[in-house]
Amino acid sequence: MTALIGPIARADSALAQVHPLAKLGAATAVMLALLPTVDPVTPAILLAVTLGLLPTTGIRLGALLRRTWPILLGAVSVALANALYGDRGGRVVIDVGPLELTAGDVSSGATLGLRLIAIALPGVLAFATTDPTDLADALVQQLRLPARFAVGALAALRLVPLLGADWDAIRRARRSRGMAAGRNPARATGIFASQVFTLLVAAIRRASRLATAMDARAFGAVAHPTTARDLPVKPGDWSFLLAALALTLAATAISVTLGTWQLVLT
Amino acid sequence: MTGAAPRGPASIRIRGWGWRHAGRRAWALRDLDLSIEPGERVLLLGPSGSGKSTLLQGLAGLLDPESGETAGALEIDGVDPRLSRGRVGLVMQDPESQLVMGRAGDDVAFGPANLGVSRDEIWFRVDGALAAVGFPYGRDHPTGALSGGEQQRLVLAGTIAMQPGLLLLDEPTANLDPVGAGLVRETVRRICADRARTLLLVEHRVAEVLDLVDRVVVLEPGGGVRVDGPPGEVFDTYGEALAAMGVWIPGVPTRARRAPSGRAPGESLVEAVHAGFRYPGAPRPAVEDASLALRAGTATALVGPNGSGKSTLAMLLAGLARPSPGEVIGTSALAGSARTRSLSRWPARLLADHVGTVFQDPEHQFLTSTVRAELALGPSRVGVAPREVTGRVDDLLARLHLDHLATANPFTLSGGEKRRLSVGTAIACRPQVLVLDEPTFGQDRRTWLELLDLLAGLRDAGSGLCLATHDEAFVAALADEIAVLDQGRIGQRSTGGAGASASTGAADLGRPDRPGR
Repeated sequence: MTALIGPIARADSALAQVHPLAKLGAATAVMLALLPTVDPVTPAILLAVTLGLLPTTGIRLGALLRRTWPILLGAVSVALANALYGDRGGRVVIDVGPLELTAGDVSSGATLGLRLIAIALPGVLAFATTDPTDLADALVQQLRLPARFAVGALAALRLVPLLGADWDAIRRARRSRGMAAGRNPARATGIFASQVFTLLVAAIRRASRLATAMDARAFGAVAHPTTARDLPVKPGDWSFLLAALALTLAATAISVTLGTWQLVLT
Repeated sequence: MTGAAPRGPASIRIRGWGWRHAGRRAWALRDLDLSIEPGERVLLLGPSGSGKSTLLQGLAGLLDPESGETAGALEIDGVDPRLSRGRVGLVMQDPESQLVMGRAGDDVAFGPANLGVSRDEIWFRVDGALAAVGFPYGRDHPTGALSGGEQQRLVLAGTIAMQPGLLLLDEPTANLDPVGAGLVRETVRRICADRARTLLLVEHRVAEVLDLVDRVVVLEPGGGVRVDGPPGEVFDTYGEALAAMGVWIPGVPTRARRAPSGRAPGESLVEAVHAGFRYPGAPRPAVEDASLALRAGTATALVGPNGSGKSTLAMLLAGLARPSPGEVIGTSALAGSARTRSLSRWPARLLADHVGTVFQDPEHQFLTSTVRAELALGPSRVGVAPREVTGRVDDLLARLHLDHLATANPFTLSGGEKRRLSVGTAIACRPQVLVLDEPTFGQDRRTWLELLDLLAGLRDAGSGLCLATHDEAFVAALADEIAVLDQGRIGQRSTGGAGASASTGAADLGRPDRPGR
């Protein structure tokens, strides 16, 4: 089971030191700059800068690919679908039987794939360099979210990897009792559904045990629990956020100047 | 609010108290009268299902009045426990579901922070508590990377950091391997030595905690207190009676070894040949180069510390995981000559007919909504005639003492009953090979003895057994062959019983321990 959140970066890397909300703010800024446009220039600039930050985080390529493969797969599918079904004219570059791809088709597909990756990667990096505990602290201290919500979500997150082990155990238990789908798709669906249900029951029982343990440690006993660790926003965090904003504006400005910026659906 | 709370050890007053879970006919506990003075250290005993955990939850203020019915009164320092949170600390069995935070220091800080203790004071207490439990790492150590024993010591640290006047321990070592359990008991001994808090401890294994307590209270199943007094007096006078109730009593022997009837080792049924297994993303294999045979009429024990690969090897031998590299084969003696290929590729029905598995967590293997249906499922799936299925199920219900629960939902059974049912489901198909993963975990003495008799009977009738276990007494009583695992490899091998000290069993196992390569 792939955990989507949680740090895979070196804890002492520069990006890991930045306040979680500054990183999330920067990732949001990039997303907001890219959503309205379908040009190749803006995402190319922003993606280049994001990729430039990657070596400073100490994230191994394997770990990054394990986490981002669904996004990459999505980007490739979007690119292919647009290239194959588009009808944008231009010089024919590929002509195999019924398949005829023009330069316009290829470049429009590539642009959309690039855009998707450029939107997603900053968010992936923000989470990959953030300890969930810091994020929960930030949600409580800066965004004034209720501690009950933030800490509860954090604790639930800790149980996610255990679900993978539960799933394996349930699958094995069924095999040992002679329950297997064979080649019958209807049976396979039924068995899969009942297996998911058993997993759900196991997850709920685990969660309720954790809730009891949290109550045993006086969770929710006082209206305003102490925040055990101070997570101040430092001047460097503001600089990081402002730099990200300036970069997105600059990338958009360059694209507009070059005449490539193009509003979605036009 | 907490500033005005009383300090020092707490007192407990229980008057006519009882609790019935919503939707149950029987009371979990009733008519209980008990007083415990500040600083007393009390061992609470009783057979499984006598309401010990319910009482501890009540004292910790964790019983929600909407989830059951209550009678009588519970008081901590004269106050309802639900109004004195933080005054009571509770440590339960499963460390995995008691850790809240991702970092060790944050987890210990969780309790004091919830009580509104000042930030400076919190970290002062965190460092003190981590030192008190002998936690070997720093504040920033990830809690997911700890062993069970380390996790449980961290839970203890998080509990004493709240500075409770009453410490409740509900079988804190039941889920740990012997090394981890020993370290946790040592920690409890150290933090309770100064009597700075009242201690109420539930523990099946009495001998190990006897020097920790000054008083023993035994609950009567069905309600009230059966025996109450100093440990020596209680065990001298009532030892045999308590043992019969299922309590592990020091000095009362479990049972002489159940040795096989002196026959030669039977035919090999399942063979692992240089089998290995690595979990996806794991840095090293869980099992490496394991060669081992399970024989008819022989009980083979896989022993070793947590993480040594016992359970994984058991799953390979049960045909429930695919070895890579190497293979696990079902021999022609197991299912005829046509089926001598890799056990993990057998169709599920064929496997269920020949190899049974008992999982560590019984709940994972329950598939139906009644005990009877659960036992009937396997035989029906492999094509046993309906009349024959009914006969087998009736027989199993009687042998496992589950007849009165035939229509109960498996999930509502007690821990011991769940374990007996899970063994029943695995043997209902009459498999020649039975693989069991920690079958005696957390069981009381009575269930333990019943399991021993049942398994010895199967072995003597010709089944090949494989036990992955920490339970040294169980290994001594049942195992004929012992393989010790260390970091995924089979190291020492020996024969069980009288020959246990002469560890020269490797030649009996059919295949050399290490190939020359």
